[in-house]
Amino acid sequence: MFYREAGQFKSSYATDQAIFPLLQDRIGFFTILAIAFIGVPLLADDFILDAIAIPFLILTLATIGLNVLTGYAGQLSLGTGGFMGVGAYACYKLTTAFPEVNIILLILLSGVFSAGVGLVFGLPSLRIKGLYLVVTTLAAQFFLEWCFIRIGWLYNYNVSGAIDSPERSLAGGLVLTGPNADSVTRYLVVLAIVAVMTLLVKNLIRGRIGRSWMMIRDMDIAAELMGVRPLVAKLSAFAVSSYICGVAGAMFVFFYLGSVEPAAFSITLSFQILFMVIIGGLGSLIGCYFGAAFIWILPIFLRNVLPAIGIDIGAENIVHLTSMIVGVLIILFLILEPHGLARLWQLGKEKLRVWPFPYA
Amino acid sequence: MSDAGAREIMLDIENVSLSFGGVKAITDISFDIRKGEVRAIIGPNGAGKTSMLNVINGVYRPQKGTITFKGRIRRSIQPYQAAQSGIARTFQNVALFKGMSTLDNIMSGRSLRMHRNFFWQLIHVGPARDEEIAHRRKVEEIIDFLEIQHIRKVPVGKLPYGLQKRVELGRALAMEPELLLLDEPMAGMNLEEKEDMSRFILDVNHEFGTTIALIEHDMGVVMDLSDRVVVLDYGRKIADGTPDQVKSDRAVIDAYLGVARQEAR
Amino acid sequence: MDLLNGIFVAPFVQMADAPDFLVQVLWEGFVSGILYALIALGFVLIFKASGVFNFAQGIMVVFAALTLVGLYQKGVPVILALILTMAVMGILALAVERFIMRPLVNQPHVILLMATIGLTYFLVGLGEFVFGGEPKQMITTELGLPTGSTEIPFGAQGMVILQHIDIAAAIIAIVMVTALALFFNRTRIGRALRAVADDHQAALSVGISLHQIWAIVWFASGLVALATGVMWGARSDVSFALEIIALRALPVLILGGFTSVPGAIVGGLIVGIGEKIGEIYWGPLLGGGIESWLAYMIALVFLLFRPQGLFGERIIERV
Repeated sequence: MFYREAGQFKSSYATDQAIFPLLQDRIGFFTILAIAFIGVPLLADDFILDAIAIPFLILTLATIGLNVLTGYAGQLSLGTGGFMGVGAYACYKLTTAFPEVNIILLILLSGVFSAGVGLVFGLPSLRIKGLYLVVTTLAAQFFLEWCFIRIGWLYNYNVSGAIDSPERSLAGGLVLTGPNADSVTRYLVVLAIVAVMTLLVKNLIRGRIGRSWMMIRDMDIAAELMGVRPLVAKLSAFAVSSYICGVAGAMFVFFYLGSVEPAAFSITLSFQILFMVIIGGLGSLIGCYFGAAFIWILPIFLRNVLPAIGIDIGAENIVHLTSMIVGVLIILFLILEPHGLARLWQLGKEKLRVWPFPYA
Repeated sequence: MSDAGAREIMLDIENVSLSFGGVKAITDISFDIRKGEVRAIIGPNGAGKTSMLNVINGVYRPQKGTITFKGRIRRSIQPYQAAQSGIARTFQNVALFKGMSTLDNIMSGRSLRMHRNFFWQLIHVGPARDEEIAHRRKVEEIIDFLEIQHIRKVPVGKLPYGLQKRVELGRALAMEPELLLLDEPMAGMNLEEKEDMSRFILDVNHEFGTTIALIEHDMGVVMDLSDRVVVLDYGRKIADGTPDQVKSDRAVIDAYLGVARQEAR
Repeated sequence: MDLLNGIFVAPFVQMADAPDFLVQVLWEGFVSGILYALIALGFVLIFKASGVFNFAQGIMVVFAALTLVGLYQKGVPVILALILTMAVMGILALAVERFIMRPLVNQPHVILLMATIGLTYFLVGLGEFVFGGEPKQMITTELGLPTGSTEIPFGAQGMVILQHIDIAAAIIAIVMVTALALFFNRTRIGRALRAVADDHQAALSVGISLHQIWAIVWFASGLVALATGVMWGARSDVSFALEIIALRALPVLILGGFTSVPGAIVGGLIVGIGEKIGEIYWGPLLGGGIESWLAYMIALVFLLFRPQGLFGERIIERV
């Protein structure tokens, strides 16, 4: 009843091409933004920020990264974990070499390194397609994992083989990273980066470059015959995707975990991100948020709710149960709704538009 | 239209041969396409018509022969280079971008004419946005021309076949090509849709002056639309000339039209 | 210079110095190559008949072995455990056919691949949920498989040690491959299977049931998985850590081509032997552990020059 486009006429192409052409959507969007930036920091406790909000946002960003490559450009990758790792290690090396440089700047810069690595491993995509490409991204994953373990230079030869996020603060003295950083501060920084990067990706996708990715995805020969160079389109998708994943990886260490072992960037992480993309919806930005929220919160939910309703199967089994549920859900989504939660959201909105008179 | 022979040659194909492994798809074919004409390529199934189009826009590389486009001898090229040089194409089996809307499909035809770089695209203000809107305007003209305003934002996968073919034509037109290759633009259409499509093709040819090469099985359409016809059979050229000349050619009747008439009976 | 020496000279000197050790390494590479080939074989079966890139093949190996050992540990006699495990693989095949293959028929390859990744997670969760996550001993002796080893003198004072279980693995693998080849070429179902592989639609139109064929190939590759699982399990132990080894079988497919049985075998041997040789002779140069990606890199380089694999057919694109 309230969600209608009636009376909202577009008088220019600019307004027609806006991200939220509907007034109601704009209101909704800014409400969410206000809650995220003001409401959550005021109301949420450290557990919610540290265990849910921060990792959720960072994983959302990684999901966006993979979705650019898989959902928009149609190149399936199982190397996400590796590319995130490149960002993390690059950032660690940068900040230990240049401790005085602003850490946020370095995080954004470290993405450039993973973009470079992504470019190299994207090269085979020019000759090979589909399933074969999956294997080359696996090659990237295993090779990078090996590098994180074996190349001491990457973790400054420390004994544990892990990287720790050192304490870094803004010029004003506000501590951003390290053990003394405040949860709210870290949350706000992460939120800001993720929000801005989402907007930038949205811009890319609705312009020429995003279209060239989707052209290659949907019908590569036709795309080429319309003047899209596969080299440029595919490699730019690899570069953008791995840049985003790299930034997410760096934030994963510096704003969430604080200290990581190489195993954190294993193929399990790659799968986790892939599941977020599938459940959220291939080729949808809002879906990335849904997918990341779903996959991240499901085990926490099971861990807290099952004992509460009297089913106690032990922490170990929660993990196994989650794995089973996720597996089944993946298959279910692929069968019933390949466009994931994002599509369900859209259907919901369409229902809402005609509510309460579905036949009007 | 009758002065086709006097116009300058846009595309000249000389002694082109193409084979896959041991299978010969095209054997020693020569013909030309003149500026501003509608050139039909006909022949039975498997005659090498689609292969010929694929050679013209660089999908296949012929083993022998030379191709001269707009006065320059063309070395082996990539499909995107053919597009850059002004050749657009529609496909026998609709090859739209299924995950995109009608509008985006046609916008994709503008790719080559959009030049704002990555960083402008990223922030999407100023020049990048102006460019997007300028091209949107052009695309809307094509949408108006093809009378598909109502499906502007519908994902093309949901459209009926006839409309998909029309969108595909729109996408090719958005490239503002000099040479437009149409691979069976009317396959599987009913009479009314064929009439619409014929009208669009003639309008494109007359109003925009686009040169058109057309593969089609419907002889009525071919004879009405085209200025000159080249007939292929088993990868060889068996006739070339105006529709009237071709219609009365003995070899053509034997190879193709005769069969068609028998079927009609 | 040191680096060049380490790459081009030292390893070969080392090989020539201790030929018995080289033969030992080759033998071990050969055995793991055979096991890779078996994993790849299960995969090729499924890919040929249904066009599914079965990411879960490696997990099926672990799942089968885990079921066998788990049942035995719960007190089921060994023969019964073996039969029950086969039954479980049969039920799995039917379930996969009914709940994954049938609803997803004609979907793009990549969607089917992602579905099998979902299956992978489901099987990992299920296996650990039912039988627990801790590593288990394979019931080698109970299954009547040989243990112990034979030492064969080699050269002047050299020695090559052959584990009996490895010899058994090689024999079983060869028997299985032969049996499958006969099955494919000599039986009615085998013929139907090849027909389906060539063209789904055409096979349907001559009255072949796709559902039946799919269930059969998934069951067949389930049995191959069981055999592979027993062998792998006997050489290390049974846990989902084996999953990683299974992933290493993927490059085998790249080398051999997705649809070629001989390709799977040759590819398996190349990867198995190449990996061992690389790790032993060149590994120390790079700090060791290069086994984890060497096969992938070989496959990657190979892909760039021959995208269709050793025995695959060249694809001509049509528009």
